[in-house]
Amino acid sequence: MADRYIEPDTPELRARWGNFAWTEANAAKAKDIIARYPEGRQRSAVMPLLDLAQRQVGAEENTQGWLPIPVMEYVAAQLDMPIIRVVEVATFYTMYNIAPIGRFHVQVCGTTPCMLRGSDDIIAACKKRGMKAGHITEDGLWSFTEVECMGNCASAPMVQINDDNYEDLTPERLDGVLDALAKGETPKAGTQEPGRHTVEPSGGPTTLREMVSENHDYRGEW
Amino acid sequence: MALQDKDRIFTNVYGYQPWNLKEAQARGAWDGTKDILAKGKEAIIEEVKASGLRGRGGAGFPTGLKWSFMPKEPPKDHNGNPKPSFLVINADESEPGSCKDREIIRHDPHILLEGALVAGFAMGARAAYIYIRGEYIREAEVLFAARDEAYAAGLLGKNACGSGYDFDVFVHRGAGAYICGEETAMIESLEGKKGQPRLKPPFPAGAGLYGCPTTVNNVESIAVAPTIMRRGASWFSSFGRENNKGVKLFQISGHVNKPCVVEEEMGIPFGELIETHCGGIRGGKDNLLAVIPGGSSVPLVPAEQIWDAPMDFDGLKAVGSGLGTAAVIVMDKSTDIVRAIARLSHFYKHESCGQCTPCREGTGWMWRVMERLRTGDAAVEEIDMLFQVTKQVEGHTICALGDAAAWPIQGLIRHVRPELERRIAEAGNVAEAAE
Repeated sequence: MADRYIEPDTPELRARWGNFAWTEANAAKAKDIIARYPEGRQRSAVMPLLDLAQRQVGAEENTQGWLPIPVMEYVAAQLDMPIIRVVEVATFYTMYNIAPIGRFHVQVCGTTPCMLRGSDDIIAACKKRGMKAGHITEDGLWSFTEVECMGNCASAPMVQINDDNYEDLTPERLDGVLDALAKGETPKAGTQEPGRHTVEPSGGPTTLREMVSENHDYRGEW
Repeated sequence: MALQDKDRIFTNVYGYQPWNLKEAQARGAWDGTKDILAKGKEAIIEEVKASGLRGRGGAGFPTGLKWSFMPKEPPKDHNGNPKPSFLVINADESEPGSCKDREIIRHDPHILLEGALVAGFAMGARAAYIYIRGEYIREAEVLFAARDEAYAAGLLGKNACGSGYDFDVFVHRGAGAYICGEETAMIESLEGKKGQPRLKPPFPAGAGLYGCPTTVNNVESIAVAPTIMRRGASWFSSFGRENNKGVKLFQISGHVNKPCVVEEEMGIPFGELIETHCGGIRGGKDNLLAVIPGGSSVPLVPAEQIWDAPMDFDGLKAVGSGLGTAAVIVMDKSTDIVRAIARLSHFYKHESCGQCTPCREGTGWMWRVMERLRTGDAAVEEIDMLFQVTKQVEGHTICALGDAAAWPIQGLIRHVRPELERRIAEAGNVAEAAE
């Protein structure tokens, strides 16, 4: 986790983000989030609030979103926390982007289960399109990170792009997804293998076949 | 005989049917929950103990026993007021190879929510926090929505299920840190801090979340509890071998023809699991090289030892490995086995929280040596040196991440040392080593 660098706190950054405040909808969400934790324990809300802030930044600049220092300060003030405790959290957890990011954050899993199923080819296909780690492509569309296991091992290899996973990839299927995103379309999330539903064995389940066509209640057979 | 569908707990594991409350109830979720609670705390804990359920998150600690560690009388704070107790449900599924909790959460979240109430009630908890890994974004959306459905139906919250017991469930999203799957790191993270494990003791059952008694359980351990209560401990314990009871979600990835998640009886032989559900090994049985049977943290098992091994805690221990989360990573003969393990070393280097020196420095050091062994750019003596270093990391850190980083390398050296030596010889370093 050490190879991440925080965007420097410059006058330009302050000018752009110094007046950050929740939108009306997000202010209500922040209130709901804080209420999930006991009184006096509002600090527990720092992770969900940073996520919310990152999403709001993303919505404002049409990217996946990231966390400029003034935005972290805003969250710190709301939770009555020292800013350094918020920066610690933002830098410790890899899902917080601490430097600017592209419209789409292409996160390819490269851990062993995906590696065995061909993630090298997926990473190569991304690089072929000009993506590389810690870099936004010139058109502002793509940021790339090779990430660690995303928990989609039975439908590997996979990529997470912003909020959606695309699984059972080949370089061609990945290209299809990326082309669709670039055109502003919404490609189907989940497995990209024709005929596969989720994580059943490809070609149809070996168990629980009744469930395919009806919401079967097995209790009658107990 | 293979497990029958009627004895599977997660009937919607593939998500062919909606996850919503109405459909989940039609499948049997939230069925007679009030009656289960009416049996009382002790009876529930005794039933779960009798079922033989062992924790499904990797360590395999008996679940009922863990629940019984929660204090019967709540400890008092410094003002003399009783402290609340908490159940924390570990949905931070991040162990490479593991992908079962995701299917429970996105396809059958109500089974988990009902389990949260049953388990929370049994241990006298005031509320449950479900800590779901940050990358499970759509899965968390389902969980939030399912929770709201359960509240609207009066199944959770005040007077949950009409039982007279008040119980809240909250969902907390992580943000990308494997270490938060360690129970005390998870508690730190829930408190809004970096996820760095705590020293034990005190154990969470004494002082956990917010300093209050806390039990941390895996999603699957919690989600099977209501069905165990409905069908009885003897039903659950009728599956599997002594000390390894029950049914279990297996997740098979890597070089099989059809990777999948499937619920099976504990102790099913590896070969049967693969042939029945995964369409066999890619290229046939003879093409199998090795298997990591329980997620990245357990040592690999060579092909000749794994085929007939029962897939349970003791069966895999007998072949020098472990069941872990039952995340079965299969490797055929096309695999660069050294690279496969080196990639895991990279994973642990990336995920070390940086708190303990042996792990923070050791994981990076081990990865760099593994990378050199991969290309043969090493001396033969370094194999033993690497083994020694893994022994110096193992057992010398606050949490088990150091152990988890050490074991795959130890397994590699134990089983494929000749391959490591061959690469060194091929790269031309053998002469120097011998002199």
